[in-house]
Amino acid sequence: MSTHLTGGFTDAPTQSARAFRTVLEALARPGQIGTLAGATPPAPLSPAAGALLLTLADQTTPVYLAPLHDTAEIRGWITFHTGAPFVTPEEAVFALGHWAELPLSRLSAGTAEYPDRAASVIVETDALAPANARLTGPGIATQTTARLPETAFFQSNRSLFPLGLDFYFTCGDQVLGLPRSTRVEAL
Amino acid sequence: MNAPHHDPDYNFAYLDEQTKRMIRRAILKGIAVPGYQVPFASREMPMPYGWGTGGVQVTAACLVPEDRLKVIDQGADDTTNAVSIRRFFQRTAGVEATEKTTEASVIQTRHRIPETPLTEGQILVYQVPIPEPLRFLEPRESETRRMHALADYGLMHVKLYEDIARHGAIATSYAYPVEVEGRYVMDPSPIPKFDNPKLGGNPAIQLFGAGREQRIYALPPYTAVRSLDFEDYPFEPSKANHDCDLCGASGSYLDEVITDDQGSRMFVCSDTDYCETRRNAGHRGRLSPEEAR
Ligand SMILES: [Zn+2]
Repeated sequence: MSTHLTGGFTDAPTQSARAFRTVLEALARPGQIGTLAGATPPAPLSPAAGALLLTLADQTTPVYLAPLHDTAEIRGWITFHTGAPFVTPEEAVFALGHWAELPLSRLSAGTAEYPDRAASVIVETDALAPANARLTGPGIATQTTARLPETAFFQSNRSLFPLGLDFYFTCGDQVLGLPRSTRVEAL
Repeated sequence: MNAPHHDPDYNFAYLDEQTKRMIRRAILKGIAVPGYQVPFASREMPMPYGWGTGGVQVTAACLVPEDRLKVIDQGADDTTNAVSIRRFFQRTAGVEATEKTTEASVIQTRHRIPETPLTEGQILVYQVPIPEPLRFLEPRESETRRMHALADYGLMHVKLYEDIARHGAIATSYAYPVEVEGRYVMDPSPIPKFDNPKLGGNPAIQLFGAGREQRIYALPPYTAVRSLDFEDYPFEPSKANHDCDLCGASGSYLDEVITDDQGSRMFVCSDTDYCETRRNAGHRGRLSPEEAR
């Protein structure tokens, strides 16, 4: 039996509900790390990224996979469990991959009238610590810190506000959110 | 966890999974762009629109089986509307209900923010009848969308200023518009403007759902929220010039209640949990039974 049939949620309604709450708290409190368990997708897709897709992706949300994640197994798993179609970066509602591989400038940052039509980016990382950036903005009482792949990109993304990309950094079963509203400085 | 299970005749929290995913994506975009109204495809709910179907759908998309849900209608837990929404989710999501603000993880509200300060980990879901703060100026959706896109709020400021010129104060005492993070003008739902200062810097996540108008918007925790005003006419949260007649609270929002057919009146906290908690702690007001004896 092919592996894409396994590794989804065993009780989708309640597991998706719990996963969504973790994702909501993560995006609403940038820098705070949450645990997203319950998915066991084929490598190199992380359990957290798998759970994010199971919770949020479906036939209406095209997905772009960066090269290292664009495997037959991962495609098969996403198709079987979510039905999401695979597209170019320009058409993606969700983009997934390692930072260095993601074609960020080709992803939709939304429009002035519909800033919600911006892509959400799932960035697979090797570590969410130690911190190298200071974060301020909505969701953060005073300031907090996070480990980010760089700072310059997030500063230019913030300058587009209310347009811009929203990020979920995943590592194993952990997730850290960074919405477009967050101001980022190097530590 | 030994939570009661949800009614197996319904999907968890009533809505089907595809609908919840769509609402969840809208909520996340609302969080990413505080104060911006995200369109969503509102579903029929087994209750009339006036009963907060937008708030109900947002709550349904957020609930987990471990939640403790509080539902208030103008501050009270015991109105028909609040009771039926609470029972709906006890049945369809198997969640526990509570009337205590401090014990609730999710609070759905119609037209009030609880007096007891909210904390991290809590979600406040507002029922919103008219999400568009510019609607009174401009009936066309295409125009209000353009005005938000350009942050073209000049007309709104003129209208508010005219209001002051005519009434000596801004006459709007409910649904008083706010500016979020220096960008979007947002309707806080018909809460009294007394509640406006609680919108900003709040540790809880605040989500707004408008069912008929099919909009969801959000305030992440600690978002900067400013009630619109003018240098010469600063914003003032209005409040009756009384203390609560039952618990003696001087800083809570009060309802005026006619107590007999001679027109005797009393002022009581609109937030019933807040008032009861204070009375249980020994606080007394002018008309408390102990004092009346
Ligand atoms: Zn009272």
